[in-house]
Amino acid sequence: MGFWNVTLRLLEGFQNTCLIFALTLVLALPLGLAVAFGSMSRLAPLRYLTKTFVWIIRGVPLMLQIFIIYFVPRIVFQISFIPRFSSVIVAFTINYACYFSEIYRGGIENISRSQFEAGQVLGMTKSQIFFRVILLQVVKRILAPMSNEIITLVKDTALARVIVVAEIIKVAYEFAATDALIWPLFYTGVFYLAFVGILTLLFGYFEKKLDYFRA
Amino acid sequence: MPILEVQNIVKRFGTAEVLKGVSFSLEQGDSLAIIGSSGSGKTTLLRCLNFLEQANEGRIIVRGETLFDASDHILYNDQSIRRKRLHFGLVFQAFHLFPQYTALKNITLARELMAREQADFKQNKKEILEGIQQRGLNLLDQVGLADKRDFYPHQLSGGQQQRVAIARALAMNPDILCFDEPTSALDPELTDEVLRVIRGLAEKNTTMVIVTHEMHFARRVADKVLFMDEGTVVEYGTPEAVFDHPSSERTRRFLERYSEDA
Ligand SMILES: Nc1ncnc2c1ncn2[C@@H]1O[C@H](COP(=O)(O)OP(=O)(O)OP(=O)(O)O)[C@@H](O)[C@H]1O
Ligand SMILES: [Mg+2]
Repeated sequence: MGFWNVTLRLLEGFQNTCLIFALTLVLALPLGLAVAFGSMSRLAPLRYLTKTFVWIIRGVPLMLQIFIIYFVPRIVFQISFIPRFSSVIVAFTINYACYFSEIYRGGIENISRSQFEAGQVLGMTKSQIFFRVILLQVVKRILAPMSNEIITLVKDTALARVIVVAEIIKVAYEFAATDALIWPLFYTGVFYLAFVGILTLLFGYFEKKLDYFRA
Repeated sequence: MPILEVQNIVKRFGTAEVLKGVSFSLEQGDSLAIIGSSGSGKTTLLRCLNFLEQANEGRIIVRGETLFDASDHILYNDQSIRRKRLHFGLVFQAFHLFPQYTALKNITLARELMAREQADFKQNKKEILEGIQQRGLNLLDQVGLADKRDFYPHQLSGGQQQRVAIARALAMNPDILCFDEPTSALDPELTDEVLRVIRGLAEKNTTMVIVTHEMHFARRVADKVLFMDEGTVVEYGTPEAVFDHPSSERTRRFLERYSEDA
């Protein structure tokens, strides 16, 4: 197995890794906001239901959630045509939406009521206050915890292999198991480090951008 | 006709009755100082006036128009509350400026958002926004901060922040401007610059309701003084009447405590 051959195969796996990462992010970021509003709702039943759900999702391993979402439709409902990849995306999205929701909630609740009231007494509408006053302060506050969580997501994508989705580590594992090649395993590390490195730079840039005010 | 009539305001939090029937009225151009010990309900009263809380009983009447009547039992919707609360302005103890906006933008933001609701906003956008900007600059000048227009709140001292907050409230042209202990969060050396601005407003006959612990200021600047204790109005009159000839024992004791501290 030559270097380029391995690289190409690993890149194929990495494509899946990136796809899981991107889809989860795109779906879980807004869903997390909805969950956050649910857990801050004035309707007590909705609030408790959401909080219990978040507690469960954050309390059990993501691997278990992937198994459940993969097997329950197949075994309980005899539905077999769901692609493995979708099961992974559903499991990741639910899991990460719950983690994100807690970050959002912390950010929104901590932007003290007072900013909201300051807008109210100036006659602003609720949505004006949220979008023009609160949102940017929330973004600034959650940037650091968000970047931690998102970097964890990069590495969690490796869990997809438990239901045989060929992300990059699974590909490298095959090289070790069938061709007795050990170096591709180390090589995958380079992909992760590059990915995380780019994300770190990106978040650093955003943080700088929002450095002009204190929230 | 008084500009503001507050009639029998009762406010309960759960079973605790915080305001027990507060009534007073205020003439156009007068400034009212509200004094009273901690927990007597001063902040709650201002919050009821500004519709941040809804009173359980009573009426609020501005220029003869009933803005709030608890016996109507209507659930006021956001839109109607927005209109009503614009009769009042509120300056908070801790300023609550918007941290991501400059001093000038803090003052103009709400006006700009409101201007979008004008029918002619699309056609006259430029002139309207320029007018708001100019008014903002004038207000900054009025509070002595013309040179700070592009500063962000964290780059300003507490006293400067509070002066921006006053300008921000004035930008909405409220009928009655309320202050909740505007200098309590400030270092002593910064209180004067804020009090000077408020005195300037009083000289221009701005109608104001000022909750304050600054007794000297209340005596010199206010046209009326109201002493509150445990959710009731104990004394209401001119500064001379309240400070020099208080009719109630409770007022006397409160004032004595203050003159000892001072
Ligand atoms: N949201 C609330 N829920 C329950 N109790 C409240 C609430 N807001 C105020 N109170 C109570 O109402 C009473 C009056 O409070 P308020 O803040 O109006 O007093 P204050 O006169 O402004 O006092 P201070 O001089 O300390 O600012 C206090 O006993 C307070 O604990
Ligand atoms: Mg108070």
